[in-house]
Amino acid sequence: MSTEMNIPDAAARAAARPAAVEGFDTEKMSLSMGPSHPSTHGVLRLQMELDGEVLTKCDPVIGYLHRGDEKIAENMTYNQFVPYTDRLDYLAPLANNMAYAIAVERLAKLEVPARCQAIRVITAEMARISAHLLGLGAFGIDTGAWTVFMYAFTEREKLYTLFEELTGARFTTSYARIGGVARDVPEGWTQKVDAFCDQFLPILEEILALLTRNKIFMDRTVGVGVISREDAIAYGLTGPNLRGSGVPMDLRKDKPYSGYEQYDFDIPVGEHGDCYDRYLVRGEEMRQSVRIIKQAIAKFPSGPWYATDARKIFAPPKDKILSSMEELIQNFMIVTEGPQMPAGEVYFEAENPKGALGFFIVSKGGGVPYRLKIRAPSFCNLSILPKVCVGNLVSDVVSILGSLDFVMGECDR
Amino acid sequence: MSAPTAALTALREKFPGVTERASLDHPACNVPLPELRAVLRFLRDEQAYDLLADVTAIDWAEGSSPRFTVVYHLYSSTRHEYVRVTAPCAGDVEPVAPSATGLWPAANWHEREAYDMFGIRFEGHPDLRRILMWDGYPHFPLRKDFPLAGIETVLPDPEVAAETGTKVIAAPMVGGPFVASSGEMNLTEAEPQAKDQSWDEKKEKPE
Repeated sequence: MSTEMNIPDAAARAAARPAAVEGFDTEKMSLSMGPSHPSTHGVLRLQMELDGEVLTKCDPVIGYLHRGDEKIAENMTYNQFVPYTDRLDYLAPLANNMAYAIAVERLAKLEVPARCQAIRVITAEMARISAHLLGLGAFGIDTGAWTVFMYAFTEREKLYTLFEELTGARFTTSYARIGGVARDVPEGWTQKVDAFCDQFLPILEEILALLTRNKIFMDRTVGVGVISREDAIAYGLTGPNLRGSGVPMDLRKDKPYSGYEQYDFDIPVGEHGDCYDRYLVRGEEMRQSVRIIKQAIAKFPSGPWYATDARKIFAPPKDKILSSMEELIQNFMIVTEGPQMPAGEVYFEAENPKGALGFFIVSKGGGVPYRLKIRAPSFCNLSILPKVCVGNLVSDVVSILGSLDFVMGECDR
Repeated sequence: MSAPTAALTALREKFPGVTERASLDHPACNVPLPELRAVLRFLRDEQAYDLLADVTAIDWAEGSSPRFTVVYHLYSSTRHEYVRVTAPCAGDVEPVAPSATGLWPAANWHEREAYDMFGIRFEGHPDLRRILMWDGYPHFPLRKDFPLAGIETVLPDPEVAAETGTKVIAAPMVGGPFVASSGEMNLTEAEPQAKDQSWDEKKEKPE
């Protein structure tokens, strides 16, 4: 019975340690890990206080990658901000693009056609696979398993080739537009994605087999960095980190957007909320993503791939702009003044690879948001570090960071 | 009546000061500042909004009063519904709001960010210091009176700055991101342009 298993909390383990022997008082050491440290995955700095090898205090210092994206957003039109969303969670730009586009479309009360929704779902799930592959690869390196990284990156490369064919860019895709996507899928692209999925599944099993019953990996992750269900919710964790703690919360199921309700998929949840469970959840999520992609391709709708009736929001295709006066003017207005939005407030969260990426938009009308707040899942996920790291060994911190799978581009914005 | 609307009705019965707030998606309400913490507690404990999704603020620009509004987004992990709670901050120059850290530890970092970006002082916050900008940074960048191009600031370490004479140069944003204004104006003004470009080819950058 999982509920009766008693895995001592890290803080409890630290408390259970024998008190200092009289006359041998230890001095606390302060240690700064990062901002340039291989296991901090970017520019995170942990200001730690150590008693021997055990952390007594952990204070994350963030902001090294702060670019002021929210300030920038207030100073440009809605479409101009799309490339900035690439650089939030830069491991899954397609998912960010989609989340942002849907948030603005909610503001405009705009429905995009089924084909556009399906394209977005396929690309977002591909982005999820790509992000989780990197997460697993990096987690493997953190815990001493180099091979996983190589396998994972080989698969990511195949995904990037597909992204490049679709969007023209491998990394920063800027694919979504308000009211549609930048262009339709190229001919034969969906078949290529389907073929990728077919060959990916057995390789995924191979990759996971390298870790799942790996003694060294299990020793470093099982029972380490336990986050209880209550803590996970109280600290606002989302995504695989929350599900790893046993909360079956997935916005794709709970508040479906972009047609996710049509697809059949399961939400994996962990039992103990330790690093190992978070790893298992990510592994299973990739299988589920493949399932979603295959279903979306099987019933890939035809028809328009952008909202054709959104004349003041979505710029018409280039060939029409060059041949028709009406469309030329329409394009000119959208480019110069931005897509025209009503006044109001919306908040939309999408289930991104790292968790719920939210956009809160305050509009006073016109083509520029008055205030745009980005709710970054990595930011919230990292805020639990001071709680979960204390009482662990320094080497466990590396496992915990790897298992939380954060991106500083998104955390710092 | 849908569940979140019912929650708001119950809320307004208990707290008569709560008013409805215009919203394009989720139910929203405006709460008087003194009741904010009680309202959040009520929503968390009795209406199952257990997850604090986001805390942020809006600056309604200089001259408006109340100038700052704090915005909370709560999510119910069982009912799968959002609710938006807003409250006008007390004080337009040095805004103050009660902290929600006692209810959700998640509020800790969100409120630090709102303090960092807007200068809103959250009363009862255990550790209110800057989070994204460095300690000792003198401005609040997301306020509307802060220019997009940034303000020249001495280095965070006064000793280094004194020794080297180095200053943090204005952000490279100047002349960068373009913005188009809407409304009635001539074509030149309506063209996309840097919003606060105080110098260009003809006019030298002021020293």
